[in-house]
Amino acid sequence: MAARISVPQNARRGDNIEIRVAIQHPMETGYRTDDNGTAIPKNVINKLVCRYNGVEVFRAEMGSGIAANPYLSFFIVAANSGELRFDWGDDSGATGSERASIIVA
Amino acid sequence: MKSMLTRRSFLVHIAVLAAAPLAVVRRAFAQQFAQQTEAQTAAVNALIDKITGGAPLARGRVKLDIPTLADNGNSVSLRVLVDSPMTAADHVKSIHLFAPRNPRPAVAAFYFGPGAGRAQVSTRIRLSGSQGVMAVAALSDGSFWLAVADVAVTVSACWDAS
Repeated sequence: MAARISVPQNARRGDNIEIRVAIQHPMETGYRTDDNGTAIPKNVINKLVCRYNGVEVFRAEMGSGIAANPYLSFFIVAANSGELRFDWGDDSGATGSERASIIVA
Repeated sequence: MKSMLTRRSFLVHIAVLAAAPLAVVRRAFAQQFAQQTEAQTAAVNALIDKITGGAPLARGRVKLDIPTLADNGNSVSLRVLVDSPMTAADHVKSIHLFAPRNPRPAVAAFYFGPGAGRAQVSTRIRLSGSQGVMAVAALSDGSFWLAVADVAVTVSACWDAS
């Protein structure tokens, strides 16, 4: 699961910074059939967690109502330099993670 | 012998005939932009009750930015934000999105931790037909707020089974 995460490299302490996440995933609804007519099982990224230096700052629980290649944008307060970690998983049990470092002056 | 059709009744007939197709068109239009069924409303209300626990739900404070006309229901960009200072004493705990006419009306839920700077999320959702998209926010003071935005969808998601 390829993912693109946009986190500013530098930020001033106290600033609200926008985090953008886009993950390549079909977000299969479970209502579609393949060319042979067999149902394609539902498989969506059901959970994404963003942790900032180990503390959970944002969590998304998603269903089939989220479009393919899910995109999320949210805001966190730049508190300390460190690491943002993103973890997600889909219905098939596949997981993905990504990390980004940020310098807070 | 006097005519069966007087001038007045003739005009009434004309008016009725002219109005009839209009009524048909209006009914077709209403079907295209059908409101959610009672079952769909009940399903969404049950989902919302699960969040609020029966607490009162007021309109306001939540802003739902979504196009009023969406060309493609497979991907409709949406931004939801809540007017909140996001301090430890007063913050938004979660925002829940519902699309009542989708086969699964619970679209997504977003939870904000103490480091979240704004109660704001942007994403892209699927819409199965025109409907009133709902956003429910749960605040730290125990209050719940609702926003509803009507979206007309030209090409629904779930249009074909391919």
